[in-house]
Amino acid sequence: MSAPAPARLALADGTVFRGAACGARGVAVGEVCFNTSMTGYQEILSDPSYAAQIVAMTFTQIGNVGANPEDDESRRPALRGFVAREICEQPSNWRARESLPAFLQRHGVPALSGVDTRALVRRIRSGGFQNGCLSTDPQLQDEALLIERARAAPELSELDLVAEVSCRRPYRFHEGEWAGVSGELPRSARPAPPLRVAAYDFGVKRNILRLLVEHGFEVTVVPATTRPAELRELAPHCVFLSNGPGDPAAVHGVRENIAELCRTYPVFGICLGHQILGLALGGRTRKLKFGHHGGNQPGKDLATGRVAICAENHGYALEAESLRRAGEPVEITHLNLNDDTVEGFAHAELPVFGVQYHPEASPGPHDARYFFARFREMAQRCAAGERVSGAAIARAAVA
Amino acid sequence: MPRRDDLSTILVIGSGPIVIGQACEFDYSGTQACKALTEEGYRVVLLNSNPATIMTDPETAQRTYVEPMTPETVEKIIELEKPDALLPTIGGQTALNLAVELAESGVLARHGVQLIGARLDAIVKAEDRDAFRAAMLRIGLALPDSGYAHSVEEARAILERTGLPSIIRPSFTLGGTGGGVARSREEFDPLVEWALRQSTRHTCLIEQSVLGWKEFELEVMRDSADNVVIVCSIENFDPMGVHTGDSITVAPAQTLSDREYQAMRNAAIAIIREIGVDTGGSNIQFGVNPENGALVVIEMNPRVSRSSALASKATGFPIAKIAAKLAVGYTLDELQNDITRETPASFEPTIDYVVTKIPRFTFEKFPRADDLLTTQMKSVGEAMAIGRTFKESFHKALRSLEIGSAGLEPPALPPGEAGLGQLLQSLGEARPGRPWALAEAMRRGVSGEELHRRSKVDPWFLAQLRELVEMEQALCGAAPAERSGWLRRAKQAGFSDARLGRLWGIAEGEVRALRSAAGVRPVFKRVDTCGAEFEAHTPYLYSTYEQECEARPGSRPKIAILGGGPNRIGQGIEFDYCCVHASFALREAGYETIMINCNPETVSTDYDTSDRLYFEPLTLEDVLAILEKEQPGGVIVQFGGQTPLSLASDLERAGVSILGTSPDAIDRAEDRERFDALLESLGLSRPPGFASRSLAEAERVVQRIGYPVLVRPSYVLGGRAMEIVHDSESLSRYMQSALAASPGSPVLVDRFLADAIEVDVDAICDGERVVVGGVMEHIEEAGVHSGDSACSLPPHSLSKSMVDEILRASRALALELGVRGLLNVQFAVKDSELFVLEVNPRASRTVPFVSKAIGQPLAKLAALVMAGRSLDSLGFTREIWPRHFSVKEAVFPFSKFPGVDTVLGPEMKSTGEVMGIDSDFARAYAKAQVEAGNPIPSGGRALFSVRESDRPRIGEAVRQIADAGFELLATQGTAKLIRALGIPVEVVPKVGEGSPNVVERIESGEVAVVFNTVEPRPAAVRDSFAIRRAALQRGIAYFTTLAALSAAAGAIHATRRGTIGVRALQAVHAGIAQNSSPGARRAP
Repeated sequence: MSAPAPARLALADGTVFRGAACGARGVAVGEVCFNTSMTGYQEILSDPSYAAQIVAMTFTQIGNVGANPEDDESRRPALRGFVAREICEQPSNWRARESLPAFLQRHGVPALSGVDTRALVRRIRSGGFQNGCLSTDPQLQDEALLIERARAAPELSELDLVAEVSCRRPYRFHEGEWAGVSGELPRSARPAPPLRVAAYDFGVKRNILRLLVEHGFEVTVVPATTRPAELRELAPHCVFLSNGPGDPAAVHGVRENIAELCRTYPVFGICLGHQILGLALGGRTRKLKFGHHGGNQPGKDLATGRVAICAENHGYALEAESLRRAGEPVEITHLNLNDDTVEGFAHAELPVFGVQYHPEASPGPHDARYFFARFREMAQRCAAGERVSGAAIARAAVA
Repeated sequence: MPRRDDLSTILVIGSGPIVIGQACEFDYSGTQACKALTEEGYRVVLLNSNPATIMTDPETAQRTYVEPMTPETVEKIIELEKPDALLPTIGGQTALNLAVELAESGVLARHGVQLIGARLDAIVKAEDRDAFRAAMLRIGLALPDSGYAHSVEEARAILERTGLPSIIRPSFTLGGTGGGVARSREEFDPLVEWALRQSTRHTCLIEQSVLGWKEFELEVMRDSADNVVIVCSIENFDPMGVHTGDSITVAPAQTLSDREYQAMRNAAIAIIREIGVDTGGSNIQFGVNPENGALVVIEMNPRVSRSSALASKATGFPIAKIAAKLAVGYTLDELQNDITRETPASFEPTIDYVVTKIPRFTFEKFPRADDLLTTQMKSVGEAMAIGRTFKESFHKALRSLEIGSAGLEPPALPPGEAGLGQLLQSLGEARPGRPWALAEAMRRGVSGEELHRRSKVDPWFLAQLRELVEMEQALCGAAPAERSGWLRRAKQAGFSDARLGRLWGIAEGEVRALRSAAGVRPVFKRVDTCGAEFEAHTPYLYSTYEQECEARPGSRPKIAILGGGPNRIGQGIEFDYCCVHASFALREAGYETIMINCNPETVSTDYDTSDRLYFEPLTLEDVLAILEKEQPGGVIVQFGGQTPLSLASDLERAGVSILGTSPDAIDRAEDRERFDALLESLGLSRPPGFASRSLAEAERVVQRIGYPVLVRPSYVLGGRAMEIVHDSESLSRYMQSALAASPGSPVLVDRFLADAIEVDVDAICDGERVVVGGVMEHIEEAGVHSGDSACSLPPHSLSKSMVDEILRASRALALELGVRGLLNVQFAVKDSELFVLEVNPRASRTVPFVSKAIGQPLAKLAALVMAGRSLDSLGFTREIWPRHFSVKEAVFPFSKFPGVDTVLGPEMKSTGEVMGIDSDFARAYAKAQVEAGNPIPSGGRALFSVRESDRPRIGEAVRQIADAGFELLATQGTAKLIRALGIPVEVVPKVGEGSPNVVERIESGEVAVVFNTVEPRPAAVRDSFAIRRAALQRGIAYFTTLAALSAAAGAIHATRRGTIGVRALQAVHAGIAQNSSPGARRAP
């Protein structure tokens, strides 16, 4: 049993966590956030929404099931660094193709293990988001230097991260949901006829695209800056706005396009897409103290009164008051019951709605998948020439 | 939906006595539910026959019935109390089955009582294996192939399809009672017969084996708005084939990817909806094929369960409390998370640690029982441990078991090849020692693949164990100077100081000193339901070796209470009851209370029982770390049974202030020589006898006092290894094994007082005054362990002068020992002479029973005395002599252990107890028998087979039974005596003397009650074994002592006419208050 190579995470406030190096050798600087999901570290690692962040897992045994090709949410991780209490080197799962350390190594992600992640989380909880510098470079373990680097790093809101993670040109996406295991609940058939959806890629997670396919959509993924005129050439029935990293207010050249598209197409936004939709309709966003990152958040559908257990991953949220005063007839449809942040809204006249959390889950509970069915219904009725609003779709769910 | 206003009185049914498969977890959930309903303003009426519960404390419900848990009793209670609703889902399988009977027979409808929590159709759909199967197939889920059998013939036909090995599961039973695994056709038929007999519906499922698959459980909650949350996922270390109660289990699940976990979660939600459990919690079990992830549903419990208690403790989410509130209309989002206080209960707990639950077995009590673990639960208790990692948590769990293990010690094996062979063999068999065997196989270089192939334990768990073994090897290889450098890593992996000491060949204390010098100390983290996302307001803590400590000790005067650890025979819920009472009383008196315990089933480990809860092993190391952090003013060790008591002197040596009776006084009562001196100074006598350190010494003792002798090791609880010896051959065998088991400790050899009456006394002493809480006369004669004997309070046959002598002796002992707190004394009365058998200056098993019988909370009073109050200031100054009789009866696990004898002896075997209260002894005894599952019939055939020495004394009993209209059968010798009394009797041949013999007559089902007493000689016991086992298997009432025979006859006589009434405990206690005014007081 040889002692593992040392590694450190220094926070801008001067706190240093000393542990063992895992994954790639290197230095990562970014905003430190924590995720409370007990399963799905591979999906989290490969979720482009974490661009420029260092993610700490609150659950302590990470890597137990290794990594496999089906669970990647993008081609490669966009986060900067990864922190866990214990990272498993000998995974056990029938789907595992490699261990988590090998996955991290392959993707160049430096990781820190063996630290008191709970202490780290409590620090973020009480002090709010802050930057950190994680080093697995044996040559670079000087704590003062690491703290300095953390302090010198730019704020997340100063970065246009969507430009980093969005695709460069449009492409078709055909892949459906993972086949699953024998004995799980039967799935419903894909609805017909197929409808064309143009999906704006702000850093889209594959499972959103898979579920759009499962809901009978022909999916074309388009770059974040695609202009309405370009989009029309694809002749879509509807438009989807994806999740993505960072501060929605820092995303350039998108808001105006979306404002225009809302007038012509049924539009559905998830997470960053939901925030950009809100901004396009005249709302404002704010930064949360330490955000919502986990798979156990209570999202209440105000129309049905039902509470879905949701996968959430956001550091910003739409301000309820700003939506009410936006001049557009917008209704708040969903709230997070932990802190009453806006988790969903719908337009009272236009076929437009958005949800802050992740109905595609991956990782997380599947309770909120109904959003895809609602989008399908809205798009289908609009395609048939009906004028149906996002709010009417939300209300129809009660019946 | 808010609270239902159309209900005002709610009937709650508890789970009755502690049995294997149904233990204190239902006191924990029942108490939570009663408190929650009371808090909501409902009038709660409770039925539970188990006096040793917090649930049956008169404060927990408005009306408490400690009465037989039968449909007849419930109907009487319904008539009296007129409840609007019945909550059947928090009292285990007992309550659920009772509720089903009441609903199906129309009692509930007749009285306008609704079932809340789960509707009848939902219960039946979940519990009836055929209906459940159909429901699962309807929603498209998979199950192992199976068929439903009503007879052995049907079962055989199903086996043709499902194949061997075959899993046999009876319907509507608890703890898998009656279930089994047949590996061959020879095993199959008897297992099916047994299962059909155990099922209340005489049906069972014959199921395709998924032995070796991975096993998981989800704890699910649903509200009336159809919101569903998963409170906890649990993965079993032991693969499919071992009952989950007997498995090591880990929370959360460790080896599922998110996609697989969500598939299971989706299935669980679909199941609770399809079964139609409207509100409350359910437990759903799944099997997963390790090769391809294939998912099968195993079963569902539509109620709170042992697993839900574990899930509550593992996450901090109070399932039973929330379930009770959901049952009266609330939705999850309307209820608050108590721990964060700012977020709602409509969320799923996330945890940032690993929880390991490990079962506690007591096979040493049942030498003839097979310790192979199967689908029928055999463990009697469990410990839970929390650590940041699995390794830490698992290690803490091992030492929490209190089986003398401080870690993964090498098991005892024959040397050389034979040892390896035995080891490899044991890996494939799920027996209690498997984790130790796995570790040893790793030490001997057995490959991971082979370990998995043999044991089917998931490679992830095996890899974790291997890391521990590798670290152990590195630790052994470390030079003394390098040791402190290893300490932090070793402690983070959960190695105990004791284990490190053994690896390094130094004392545990030296390891502690080494740690202290190196600054390696544990910190304490909080269990908060949310992975630190929100602040925790509840100090529910566990130790770990990390950077930050969250203990934040308070500054109020505080007292720590050490709990009892895992349940075992001899140390169970009664001690937890005392610890909880101590905490309640001291909190009321203004102290901050700190509870330390590791038993997840209990009320003591509910996070709001004490001001602060440390969920930790009860070892010197773990307890000292907490006390160092908290610095309490004093520690109570006398309430949690032998576990904390055994730590007393070490704690005192470490400078801890022990409250109440001093450890020296405890030693004075335990040490034979000091005890003899004490008795002599008080002019009291005990049965003659001496401590012996060798066989020769023992033989000399016997020469002086004569056979039979009672032999036992010193310092025992629950009669461990106690025996009555009648000849030199047995004495030599006993001495050899006892001296080998614990070299250096003396064996006590005392004259056995045959046919003496045993008496138990519980008293409180404040140093000045002694008040006796109760004098209990045992029904079974001396020789039967006091925990296994029924007893009566007040005594039903002792003279007033003898009771006075007992009181005088008890008082003298308490004062002379300087007891501050509780004292238990055991006496024997032989031919009007009083002998002291044992003095225990601590809480006893009978404290809850006595408290309920006399209406005074003895444990609370004693805790206050220990904190310095006088009995005068507490207003408890005189004995209470109730007019009613209370009878305690023991409950046994014999039906779980095929092949085990039911005869009682000095070794304690009961798991639980019940209490019968009525106006006279005979009626109270009759009630207690019904509650204990041994109801005395009112007519039919009574079979007698009584040992020669008892025969002269059974005359009156036989006459009473004959007068009540019974037809009498008897074996030859007994029949002769009965005939001599002029009573007609049919002679039945003994086994081997003709046919149909006595066993065949019992098995044919024509006998209603069996009275069988036997000479306590191995040969005689062996010969009559088949009689008792047949009675047990047929579920026929049986009595195995002369005293019980007489009491049963008295009960038959007393209940000949009319039924037995019911009375709430509150009314019984009000009666005591009236007749205990000075003028009305009386001694028996």
